[in-house]
Amino acid sequence: MLRDMFKKTDTKTSEKKAKQSRKAARRSQQEPQVPEGLFQKCQNCGETVYAEDVAENNDICPHCNSYFRISPRKRIGMIIDEGTFEEWDADLESTDPLHFPGYKKKLENLKQLTDLSEAVVTGKGTINGLPTVIAVMGTDFMMGSMGEAVGEKVTRAVERATANRLPIVIFTCSGGARMQEGMVSLMQMAKTSAALKKHDEAGLLYVTVLTDPTTGGVTASFAMLGDVILAEPKALIGFAGPRVIAQTIGQKLPEGFQTAEFLLEHGFVDKIVERKNLKYVLYTLIRSC
Amino acid sequence: MKEEKQELTPWDRVQIARARDRPTALDYISLIFRSFMEMHGDREFGDDPAIVGGLARIHHRNVTVIGQQKGRTTKENIKRNFGMPSPEGYRKALRLMKQAEKFHRPIICFVDTPGAFCGIEAEERGQGEAIARNLFEMSSLKVPVLSIVIGEGGSGGALALAVANQVWMLENSMYSILSPEGFASILWKDGKRADEAAAVMKCTAKDLKELGIIEKIIEEKEPVSIVNIESVANQMKKGIIEFLESYDGKTGEEIAEERYSRFRSF
Repeated sequence: MLRDMFKKTDTKTSEKKAKQSRKAARRSQQEPQVPEGLFQKCQNCGETVYAEDVAENNDICPHCNSYFRISPRKRIGMIIDEGTFEEWDADLESTDPLHFPGYKKKLENLKQLTDLSEAVVTGKGTINGLPTVIAVMGTDFMMGSMGEAVGEKVTRAVERATANRLPIVIFTCSGGARMQEGMVSLMQMAKTSAALKKHDEAGLLYVTVLTDPTTGGVTASFAMLGDVILAEPKALIGFAGPRVIAQTIGQKLPEGFQTAEFLLEHGFVDKIVERKNLKYVLYTLIRSC
Repeated sequence: MKEEKQELTPWDRVQIARARDRPTALDYISLIFRSFMEMHGDREFGDDPAIVGGLARIHHRNVTVIGQQKGRTTKENIKRNFGMPSPEGYRKALRLMKQAEKFHRPIICFVDTPGAFCGIEAEERGQGEAIARNLFEMSSLKVPVLSIVIGEGGSGGALALAVANQVWMLENSMYSILSPEGFASILWKDGKRADEAAAVMKCTAKDLKELGIIEKIIEEKEPVSIVNIESVANQMKKGIIEFLESYDGKTGEEIAEERYSRFRSF
């Protein structure tokens, strides 16, 4: 009897074990253990897609066609002829003008986490052989916000374009002015705009490409000052953030409000250009000016 | 220690800057200038009552005066959208500034806005573009520009009237990247910590003078109100006349280049 009991127990235990291992197997089927970076999840449709397919498709979701945000270096690779990019002011960093608590440390961490030292990469290169100055913002670095380092890098790039009689192309994406630098950030709006005015007076071409999201102080300065303003499909573009507006007016915003298409309809964008055509469109514009 | 306690905190100053009885642009304009003649409209869409502007005279000189105008009563505040300009307001201001340049009139701006208006119509008509255009065009104006912050200097909406050769602030005015409430809610997810935010954002006249963002503080012995405005207005008038005289004999290019260098240094 005792033995039987033990047997029984034994059986029970093994059954339990088997059940557990079956459960584990099911779990692992539901959550496959895959090497990191093989799949990506689309923020728009929620679909899990092969990273390779995404990369081959210019970082656009193969499932729903929504545009993934891309890093400045990747963007430069898509637009500038291989081997021609010369980066400028790569080490230029913020001086933390307000001595804002915790800000220096945050910047240090981001430098470790991203391949950026600030929210914009600037330099010179060629597009199908035509030389141009280019500045590309990146959301990975404090949401592409503009503080003194971003303002200074953009201003220097514009000034060098003016001095060398070159066109300038700026890819914008930004949450706006950088809060941690207070009024110093606000002054960057005037500084960059003033430099662009001189570039304009020299009779040179300035093209902006508005990408998702372009808002706040960047919209209210250099983003909107291009001789030609291009935008990527569906990009969020606006002065005030949609949440701020919804709060101010106390009602829901209309569908498609503040998208690239909305701006095109209201006359603030020249053209919406698909990612795969951007290089050619930029080349055509530079060739024509 | 005692003295420090009596000193107004940045948050006290924010509240004074926003006070309902604080004099508005038109109050100063009528005391400082002679024969102000208001001009209206942006020639594109409409006339924005949140910005006033026109011709005026001071000390035998013609000038163009532009100001963000809050209402002095609730009814007027509704009409003037609490001093929050729409794109057509900025475009009117720019039109008047370009006209001033054409006729070699210096420009005096009074800044007093919680910020540019955030609404559907403002976005549809290009609030960002309107502000950007002002920064762009103001940077190269060939006449002297002076901007005086008299109350609230709210972010890009204030800067669009402050790309000036000099920027002055009343002692109890503020000039900031965002409202302290907005700043606290973005950075700390708690809009109620606005008083703390006001301190760390460095938005008072004293802080901004130390940071080199403004040139001059106009003293308020008592927080300025309609009762004691005259002494402040007199101080301002004296300063404006000196400012204008200091540009006599300078060429338009020199004046624009001076303004460029001012902003280039930030």
